[in-house]
Amino acid sequence: MSNIGSYEERIKNFDWLIAEKELGYKAGDIINIGWHCSDRICQMGKGQKMALMWEGHNGQTRQYTYNDLRLTSNTIGQFLRNIGIVAEDRVCLFMDKVPELYIGLLGVLKIGAIAQPLFSAFGDESLFVRLENAGTRAIITQKKHAPKVRKILDKLPNLEYIIIVDHDGKKTLAGNEFAMDLDNMEWVDDFEIYPTKAESPSILHYTSGTTGLPKGVKHVHYSLISQYLTSKWVLDLQDDDIYWCTADPGWVTGTSYGIIGAFCTGSTQCVLDAGFSAENWYNFIQKYKITMWYSAPTAIRSLMKAGDEIVKQFDLSSLRHLASVGEPLNAEAVVWSERVYGKAFYDTYWQTETGSIMIANYPGMKVKPGSMGKPFPGIIGGIVDTETYEEIKDINKPGLIAFRPGWPAMMRMYWNNEETYKKKFQNGWYLPGDRATLDSDGYFWFIGRDDDVINTGGHLVSPFEVESALLEHPSVAESAVVAKPDEVNMEVVKAFVTLKPGNEPSDELELDIMNFIRKKLSPLAMPQEIEYMDKLPKTRSGKIMRRLLRAQEWGEDIGDTSTLEND
Amino acid sequence: MENMKDIVLKYVIQEYCEDDSEEITYDTPLISGGIVDSFSMVSLKRFLEVKYKIQIPDDEATPEAFDNVNSIVALVEKFINK
Repeated sequence: MSNIGSYEERIKNFDWLIAEKELGYKAGDIINIGWHCSDRICQMGKGQKMALMWEGHNGQTRQYTYNDLRLTSNTIGQFLRNIGIVAEDRVCLFMDKVPELYIGLLGVLKIGAIAQPLFSAFGDESLFVRLENAGTRAIITQKKHAPKVRKILDKLPNLEYIIIVDHDGKKTLAGNEFAMDLDNMEWVDDFEIYPTKAESPSILHYTSGTTGLPKGVKHVHYSLISQYLTSKWVLDLQDDDIYWCTADPGWVTGTSYGIIGAFCTGSTQCVLDAGFSAENWYNFIQKYKITMWYSAPTAIRSLMKAGDEIVKQFDLSSLRHLASVGEPLNAEAVVWSERVYGKAFYDTYWQTETGSIMIANYPGMKVKPGSMGKPFPGIIGGIVDTETYEEIKDINKPGLIAFRPGWPAMMRMYWNNEETYKKKFQNGWYLPGDRATLDSDGYFWFIGRDDDVINTGGHLVSPFEVESALLEHPSVAESAVVAKPDEVNMEVVKAFVTLKPGNEPSDELELDIMNFIRKKLSPLAMPQEIEYMDKLPKTRSGKIMRRLLRAQEWGEDIGDTSTLEND
Repeated sequence: MENMKDIVLKYVIQEYCEDDSEEITYDTPLISGGIVDSFSMVSLKRFLEVKYKIQIPDDEATPEAFDNVNSIVALVEKFINK
């Protein structure tokens, strides 16, 4: 029996108080996500239940019960307090998917500081932009990533503390660097949780837009309410589940559902800190008897590419419920998973700014392969006109996805950017920036982004950010970046460049530029193809007409070219 | 003159290894070991194509084929000899 039961019944009688009551919270109480994810589960008598079973790429393993989670997050919280971190200070977590990342986030929240998880593959430029914007005070990282931090330290006057979780003593730490070896510290039992309230800031995620720098998305402790209930009703996490969320906590899925959703429901979760390999992933599912698997379309398509035969080598019979996130899940993938795993992947739709799942397919509800599903109970969703923002009632007519504001996990602000925040709300609707249609059964069908942001492997990349970085390459004069279709990643970054005088197009230069961007920004932002041009298409006013380049990549009509600069 | 395995190994260490204390050998799992992610694999493929003047078809550029220096060299030799 699924937690949600009947979707139709749930939407009739819905109130967010359902989640508040289950969490033992009422308006005005202290609410702290770190406490709810550890101490509260212990108080419910589940202190000895396994919380986190971690495996690294060398096969090493580490395990933590909920009581271990409580003690270790206290310990990290106390460590941060001891060095001077106070409530609302931003503490960045910049690590691979190691236990210190999962536990560290809870520790930061327990002292009322603001957790800023960042993808560990970010290059120093990407890291700098996000730390500077947030005014980050401390960063918890690993020795392998510390050089990137040291490289930008001089430009970050607010960054006072670099905390290294796996310092091995081989290098002398600088004055502002601290070693924090969790498994060799005395764990703190008695700890005073900071009395955060519903609107106290909790997490600062970074997301990319079409123009401008990445935006800091501010969330609050009350987001727990919808993160908890969606984990129960969409992911259907039950007491005896063994859960695997493949997302990296440097991104919102890995935080909302890889940390908060997993732990606040008292679930047992497994984490694999290794690169993708179909064999290793299936072996992981078999070994830990994973029952609930939350993954992404890029990974699913990679598994499809690995073929059906390899699946037969493993016992995946433990799998009970599968869900997907990050980009629209194509119908073919849904049908394939049902055939090969005996279970369809249930698509879910949401974004960094929404903090929790907004539209989904639910256990017990008919799945239409290729559809995003229906709004979560309590979420009012619709399609609005792209110019008037009036609701479109016509079936199957394209428009912008829109939600009535006010769900618990809705972002409260873009950090230091109220102007951009306000633009997300039009005519009483919150606009995620995606286009879709609604069918006669109330199912949403994704069409595409309403802007130029590139969604590659489920992660958003800003063309502006990549173009700006390209201009820093000594050979590049001008650049334009668009999405190029890709069978596995849905989209990848493609760059069009003109070269400075004295530079000639070559394969070697293409590789050099690719590696330049990969190290400066991230592997996601790296153009997977660079096309040299004599000149970029521009309007008469000099604006690069990115849409022409994009249309050519997608085989679409290039549209009106009347404003195109003549030769 | 450096052999191909050493050239590839040196390039991988230079371009993708952040942790200089980690020993990388011809057998070290690069993709499944998280040293080279699937996006970075594209730049490694490009390096091989430029260095050895070959074209590696996309359907041959699998995580398995790129998982260690030995398998990468086997893949390159397949296309050099074509």
